[in-house]
Amino acid sequence: MVKLTENKHYSENKPTRSMPLPPKVYLSLIQHLGKICVPEVKVGDKVSCGQKIASLPSGVYSPIHASISGTVEAIQDCPHPVLGRAKAVVIRGEGETDTDFSRFIRKESDSLTAQELRDIILEAGIVGMGGASFPTHIKLNPPKPIGTLIINGAECEPYLTADARLMVEKSREIAAGISLITGCLGIKEVCIGIERNKPEAIEAFSGMPGIKVKVLPSDYPQGGEKQLIRNIMGRDLPRGKYPFDIGVLVQNVSTIFAIYEAVYKGKPLFERIVTVTGSCVKEPVNLLVRVGTPVRDLIKFCGLKEEPAKIIIGGPMMGIAQYTDDVPLIKSSNGLLLMNEKEAAAFEEDPCIRCAACVRGCPVGLMPCQLNLASERSFWGMTKDMGVMDCIECGVCNYVCPSHRRLLQTIKRAKLEVRK
Amino acid sequence: MKDRLIVSGSPHIYTRESVSRIMWTVVVSLIPAGIAGVIIFGWDALWITLAAVGAAVSTELIFELAAGKKITVLDGSAVITGILLAFNLPAGVPLWLPVIGAVVSMVVGKLLFGGLGQNIFNPALVGRVFLMASWPKYMTTFTRPFCDTVASATPLAALKEGKVLEHIPYWDLFIGNHGGCIGEVCILALLIGAAILFIKGYISWQIPVTYIVTTGLFMYVFGGNGFFKGDWLFHILSGGLILGAFFMATDYVATPLTAKGQIIFGVGCGVLTAVIRIWGGYPEGVSYAILMMNAATPFIDRYTKNRIYGSK
Repeated sequence: MVKLTENKHYSENKPTRSMPLPPKVYLSLIQHLGKICVPEVKVGDKVSCGQKIASLPSGVYSPIHASISGTVEAIQDCPHPVLGRAKAVVIRGEGETDTDFSRFIRKESDSLTAQELRDIILEAGIVGMGGASFPTHIKLNPPKPIGTLIINGAECEPYLTADARLMVEKSREIAAGISLITGCLGIKEVCIGIERNKPEAIEAFSGMPGIKVKVLPSDYPQGGEKQLIRNIMGRDLPRGKYPFDIGVLVQNVSTIFAIYEAVYKGKPLFERIVTVTGSCVKEPVNLLVRVGTPVRDLIKFCGLKEEPAKIIIGGPMMGIAQYTDDVPLIKSSNGLLLMNEKEAAAFEEDPCIRCAACVRGCPVGLMPCQLNLASERSFWGMTKDMGVMDCIECGVCNYVCPSHRRLLQTIKRAKLEVRK
Repeated sequence: MKDRLIVSGSPHIYTRESVSRIMWTVVVSLIPAGIAGVIIFGWDALWITLAAVGAAVSTELIFELAAGKKITVLDGSAVITGILLAFNLPAGVPLWLPVIGAVVSMVVGKLLFGGLGQNIFNPALVGRVFLMASWPKYMTTFTRPFCDTVASATPLAALKEGKVLEHIPYWDLFIGNHGGCIGEVCILALLIGAAILFIKGYISWQIPVTYIVTTGLFMYVFGGNGFFKGDWLFHILSGGLILGAFFMATDYVATPLTAKGQIIFGVGCGVLTAVIRIWGGYPEGVSYAILMMNAATPFIDRYTKNRIYGSK
């Protein structure tokens, strides 16, 4: 664990604003961990906002919904923030969109069964919004009984404030979403983990019946699943096990809010809060944006102080640098960070001086400097023995290295080789 | 929008620390002890230090030019080696001695292994033991503080020879008013430098504290006439223990990575230092203790890995 310069001041006190509808959206057919969806619309079709446009009959997937009303202009390869390129449905908008979904609202939530809840979530296309984008309906179908629901409100990435704003502005809705899950899955204990640097969010959840607030130190990567379990449950998730093996379910606050909206508003997941920030941005904001909006529209809306040299979707520690500003947002895009030339400058690598900063910093107890050397020599077996597969790719080792060695890059490479 | 955006793997932010920043901070932290050495032993101390630093830096530069490698003399690590070597020499040595010592330190101790980060021994100590073995006479002739050219034994050497010397007050040991090497005598100045490194977070407590405590404890138990009668404070304050514990045993490159390993390293240094002082042939054992533990470092590293999250 390590203290980072948080840089959340750019946007942390700015209430969420809605961005005007973009003229076009690019809806990637894969916005989740799993198989790519098959489009259910053709070029030229009229679609309305919230309409399901891509899906699969079965498997690990989550359907995609139109995020604006309009006409399907193309189904083509488009930039993808995580995968580089992927097939996407391009929709040209037709002015204001009808976002009243009240006609879809199901019966009273009290009588929802677990299966009905999962069906609503599947139909709404909800995935884990903290970054991994694992389909939520599958996560809510654990093979073992769950005793504790941990809500991840840590938001440990520097710069990002989307979850923090959501917790302040929608605390009641999040609480209602939590009750839905606990009710349907019969979960007894609920704990929300929030970093100390978000006093307003802590305040908002304090005193809510049935929800324990755990104030966490503002250390990175506090919001990692393993770290949350350790710091909230006081025990480790055994190696190679899933949280459900120890009766724990971890959900991000944004995901909970999406579940609330799907059940109570009948609204599929087609918009989310994105923190647009960085020293280049004229007006850093927390912006409610339609999924599929290209980055350049967000940049245009927020204005530039200077030309960005690096565009990152996500936070500065785990976010992904983009090749183009044509890239659209997906369901898990929680931030858009623009860095100037100076901030984005790369360092030259120096030799490892064995200062052990990475060893002290590694939140899972690995020896990153040794993994780095083993990986550089292609000793994949050695990296496996040293526990490379336990790496959570948080980037701490890379951040603290005074020699600016590409520790994470070589460790990721080793993971790929070991998996082969 | 720029046509050419910068794309790189995560993370996208970095610490402001760098190797040269750490190394130059160590240089700064050694300055108080250097000033103390000049005050105590006169300007000779400064010339010896400059000769060692100059020789160390030029050796690295020439070697790197000849080998066609990246020039790294500005990263400060060669400067540290020069200073540490000089600090381990008596003030009365001729100026060619630190020069030869620094060349050996750099070539044998560091450059032949592959440069910064590759050496298995502390380079300055390699140079020192080379000089010790080659010119023992120069290396054990110490000048008396505050007056030139008069030979004087170090308190530890006097003790070794069985002389009953007049008792040196602890305060004199602490401020450096006794015979010894240039940079090791003034404990006060060394502690000021060590405090800088602690505050900056460049060294952790594990090695220095366990080293000093182990030496003190061992000397207390075995170092006197009969058990538990040793003068532990005398042994902590004299010789190169403080210099060694804070500035040489903490050399990143040749010491273990984990806190557990560093504690073993510190205890090992302490035991070896005390054993050499009590039963060995030399009055002082810091250099050899650290070098021996340097050699044990890969072994210690292998058996003191951190516990991986979630493992038993």
